[in-house]
Amino acid sequence: MKKLHFLEVEGNTKGFYTFLGLFGLISLIGVLAAYYMEHNGHWVTGMSNQVIWGTPHVFAIFLIVAASGALNVASISSVFAKTTYKPLARLSGILAMALLAGGLVVLLLDLGRPDRLIVAMTKFNFVSIFTWNIFLYTGFMGIVGIYLWTMMDRPYNNFTKKAGMLAFIWRLILTTGTGSIFGFLIAREAYDAALLAPMFVIMSFSYGLAVFMLVLMASYKYTQRNLGDFLVNRLKNLLGVFVAAVFYFVVVYHLTNLYSTDHREITVFILTNGGIYTFLFWVVQIILGTLLPLILLYGPTGKNRTMIGLASVLIILGGLAQLYVIIIGGQVYPMHLFPGMEVSSSFYDGVVASYAPSLPEFLLGLGGVGVALLLVTVAVAALKFLPASLSDEVANPHSK
Amino acid sequence: MTINIENEKLQEDTQQVESSRRNFIFGSVAAAGLTVAPGVMLYQTANARSLSEKATSKVRWGMLVDTTKKVDWNKCVDACNKEHGLDNEQHSRDDQKTQYIRVVDVKNKGTGYSMSLPVMCQHCEHPPCVDVCPTGASMKRPDGIVLVDRHTCIGCRYCMMACPYKARSFVHETLTDQTENTPRGKGCVESCNMCVNRVDNGQLPACVEVSDGAIVFGDLNDPQSDVSKLLAKHGGKQIRADLKLNPGVHYQGI
Repeated sequence: MKKLHFLEVEGNTKGFYTFLGLFGLISLIGVLAAYYMEHNGHWVTGMSNQVIWGTPHVFAIFLIVAASGALNVASISSVFAKTTYKPLARLSGILAMALLAGGLVVLLLDLGRPDRLIVAMTKFNFVSIFTWNIFLYTGFMGIVGIYLWTMMDRPYNNFTKKAGMLAFIWRLILTTGTGSIFGFLIAREAYDAALLAPMFVIMSFSYGLAVFMLVLMASYKYTQRNLGDFLVNRLKNLLGVFVAAVFYFVVVYHLTNLYSTDHREITVFILTNGGIYTFLFWVVQIILGTLLPLILLYGPTGKNRTMIGLASVLIILGGLAQLYVIIIGGQVYPMHLFPGMEVSSSFYDGVVASYAPSLPEFLLGLGGVGVALLLVTVAVAALKFLPASLSDEVANPHSK
Repeated sequence: MTINIENEKLQEDTQQVESSRRNFIFGSVAAAGLTVAPGVMLYQTANARSLSEKATSKVRWGMLVDTTKKVDWNKCVDACNKEHGLDNEQHSRDDQKTQYIRVVDVKNKGTGYSMSLPVMCQHCEHPPCVDVCPTGASMKRPDGIVLVDRHTCIGCRYCMMACPYKARSFVHETLTDQTENTPRGKGCVESCNMCVNRVDNGQLPACVEVSDGAIVFGDLNDPQSDVSKLLAKHGGKQIRADLKLNPGVHYQGI
């Protein structure tokens, strides 16, 4: 096994500036979309008093959930002492921070009063899960930052395991907190389930690793660095396990809800007659986002780099569809003021609300992705996050 | 002399800004109102607290809505809209417009029985909107009135996600022509505040006033109040009582 050597990505190249420009542009468009929404008010969006959280929240929650999942690779290396993953730990940490930053930017810019950020940072209601999340998110940034420092500054290497352990525990609590934003809403049948919290944790494993795989493979491809099959194949096998685990939780979640009369109607709505939500669930989340990636990862194409990349993209699309169904599908279905009765009103009681994402909402969400990728691009050029080579001779401890 | 007294009252209120800016606003608005309109109708003077006093948990304001009475509930909606300056959006779609109170038609598919009732913020004893609000803008006064502090609402809409009664609205656009008593701002959440400005002034909420006696308002903690007596005599139901939020709004005939 050759010695591991970390090296910054060369910044003064056409390729680097291309990516920098592309991600910068996506971020800028996102910010402009947010300005348009804030300047006019939310009437320019598809959101309403019935569908309160829309497309920006789908992107934001995806990014936040993926952030904690992206840290997994580092955790496996430091907490579970799998040295194989050590070369990837730095990228894992910085990607986690960048994804969280991207998600938080979207959440913040979608607020009715983003100018009151200072209020959110100074006035706390400690009963609110949102308040806990403010601390969980800022804490995550700090802890992962320290964790990265212990990894990258040789005198502090001894603390890596401890920092890694803290980061691992923190990320589990963080995703539980994100899932609980929905899980504790007794009012809405789609969300009233403690299962959502662990389900979000396992979703984070899957989304985070899919994003990590894409970033890893793209970084090595476009910097002409060597990325051997040894690591990629291990990661893609792990990714498959996570996808299957999410599938298991989805099955249990829906079966439980079908069994309980309270939640049966919303489940039947999502699974059978929910229009776009039924389509997104079966076609995008289950077939394209779960079954097809499993076939691509474990079938005869399992060692093909392009197919692994395609599987990762599909898992991400499936994840976005899953969150769309949970977040928006859960809101369009009417709440029952009088269970068992037919109700109607001028405020859309008793009817399935309509929601169509507007362009600015979508662009704001995409802007969050741009911010995350922009931060990673700058980071890998500024500091030594990526090993100069991840060829099998370097990465495989059993190679001669 | 009267003016001096009013001024002193204003100064008193001003001194309380730090402890309760909200009280100050309501206090000064009401004080100004009293100055210009000395003939306003006072209701249950014994229950009305002095404006320099804080709201107290000795009182719990509540309502009893009698759905068996043949009343045009839309009158309540109109009165509410007028009182709070609602329904003045220029751009918002219908599903984005604010409604503090709405008329809900309910039909039992099995029996064919149908009824209509007004639904507004139910002023829960354990309001989920207050629990989830990250900044504490969504709050419950000691006297049971649930309302939004529009100075600290950041517009995250978590309270709207949490409310089982769909009682809250988000202001989707810049508003003009607001009423003096109900400042409303783009990007904040709002809902029925039981006409807190009127109640603090000894008046009835606007919807109650036009309900031809079908909505009775009063102190649920006072066994001698009309609302308590009626509840004791006829009973009353709360919407989604199974959620155990103990709303302050009760209904008869649901």
